[in-house]
Amino acid sequence: MVYENPEGIKIGLEIHVQLNKLKTKMFCGCSSDYHNAAPNAQTCPICLGLPGTLPVLNKKAVEAAIKVGLALEGEIAEETQFHRKNYFYPDLPKGFQVTQYDFPIVSKGKVVIEGEDGEHVIGITRAHMEEDPGKLVHLGSIEKSKGVLINYNRSGMSLIEIVTEPDIRTPKEARRFLDKLRNILEYLDIFDGNLEGAMRVDANVSVYWGTRVEIKNISSHKGVERALLYEIMRQKNVIRHGGKIIQETRHYDEGRGVTISLRTKEEAEDYRYFREPDLMPMRVVGWIPSVRETLPELPDAKHARFIEEYCITDMHARALTSKIMLADFYESICAKGVDPKIAATWTADVLLGELNYRDLAISSYDGKKIFFLNTKGMKIENSFKVSDMVELVPLFAEGKISDRSAVEVIRSILDSKGEKSPFRIIEEKGLSKAEDDLVSKVVAETIAENTGAVQDYLGGAEKSLNFLVGQVMKKTKGTADAKTAREFLLKGLKG
Amino acid sequence: MITKEDVEHIGWLARIDINEQEKVEFMEKLNSVLEYFGQLDELPTEHIIPTYHVAEIYNVFREDVIEECLPQEIVLANTEYKEEGTFRVPKIG
Repeated sequence: MVYENPEGIKIGLEIHVQLNKLKTKMFCGCSSDYHNAAPNAQTCPICLGLPGTLPVLNKKAVEAAIKVGLALEGEIAEETQFHRKNYFYPDLPKGFQVTQYDFPIVSKGKVVIEGEDGEHVIGITRAHMEEDPGKLVHLGSIEKSKGVLINYNRSGMSLIEIVTEPDIRTPKEARRFLDKLRNILEYLDIFDGNLEGAMRVDANVSVYWGTRVEIKNISSHKGVERALLYEIMRQKNVIRHGGKIIQETRHYDEGRGVTISLRTKEEAEDYRYFREPDLMPMRVVGWIPSVRETLPELPDAKHARFIEEYCITDMHARALTSKIMLADFYESICAKGVDPKIAATWTADVLLGELNYRDLAISSYDGKKIFFLNTKGMKIENSFKVSDMVELVPLFAEGKISDRSAVEVIRSILDSKGEKSPFRIIEEKGLSKAEDDLVSKVVAETIAENTGAVQDYLGGAEKSLNFLVGQVMKKTKGTADAKTAREFLLKGLKG
Repeated sequence: MITKEDVEHIGWLARIDINEQEKVEFMEKLNSVLEYFGQLDELPTEHIIPTYHVAEIYNVFREDVIEECLPQEIVLANTEYKEEGTFRVPKIG
């Protein structure tokens, strides 16, 4: 089945990725760990743009850009250099941003996503290096701002801007692309996507193959999907009422879920790009072989290997490789010799499902435990150990606990903030699987106590059997195996 | 030729106010600068590769090593418009 794209939607994204795993900023030695610093306390004459200073490029930023280029299967430029993009706005005190213009370091890459109709290739036009501006806080809303407070701690952070072709056809595809891109970048170990502002997206969108509108300032993947849904609806409404879409820049207001027109009189030529005379051009293709050696196994390759090596389903492999920390966690469990298929089920289905239910995201993995963040990006006091899974999986595999109890164990570990072990929880809660003779005794009791349901079942109401199984489970506090209970009931009812 | 509208636009890009008298004055001055540089157009340059840097230097990098930053009070020392460690500036339209 081919997706027809009936509304002629074209979406292209520009993603700013902050290289926050580097120790220092792009052109100066100021620490890049600024999130908890006092305002403007992590600045120096270079990132404050004071006259007479000379920027010197961080070698690691270039290596990171090459890594990104290779991971996105792009071309690395023979010669590449920086330009000045001139504009008057206080987020960069120099009056220009150091960026790349007609010679970006990376061009012509691609990312394959799960599209509306199966595998879908999103072209990467280019990826270039640039500096992050400082952070502005508007007093009042952006439209009716009474003044602006500036913190230059972020100014001069290394960014890589990744620009896609307008190959994306739905807001859902946009979100999938961003999830995949973030995953790849985390595999590359060049950025921590959990930090505020680590990945910022501008989206270009048009309907009926028409004029495109740019939406700026979207900070989350969910936000991108919502902003695009809103903007597509707005454009369709304008056209339905006989209006015309004008090419413009709109600002996404996350709180209200709407896009607002930002009147900008600047055109591309107004940026007066020219070569940055303070920075020398670069010839770095010679680095490619050594950078390539540092590339880790990427998500698609890991996905394929998981299916092959652990004989798990495509869906499990996809879920387990959707985050490098989770993939490493899973492999540590398997390395302990437990059944990889059962470990995949309990990790990908139950543990991930439970984390989802609790609005927790995996933030890190230290080789022994995974740690979590809440939706606000705050670290929380909780963890889950590799050893917990290593204990739990064989207990289930050997039939010592029921699957309901295993779920209960996983929940209890999270409830205990990672303190209690499966053994302790099973003992405290009496979750060991009921022995067959206990089950058969309870079955006999259940049949005797529920004569109404038994009559219904014998009269042909098969659903009554489910009720009786439920009663057995209730009496055994979930420790009975539901399949065994059903078998015993059937036997009892026949006799 | 730079027109009066060009001068207005350039003034807007730099967010500076230019009065009517200045617009005429800057228009003349900018045109005279352009005219002067225009002399270069007489030289045949079709086959010459542009020079962006006089020195043929490539690959100037530094290692990713943390250096000391400026103290906040020094950073803010030259402004009277500050608020809780930030610079306070008017809204830029």
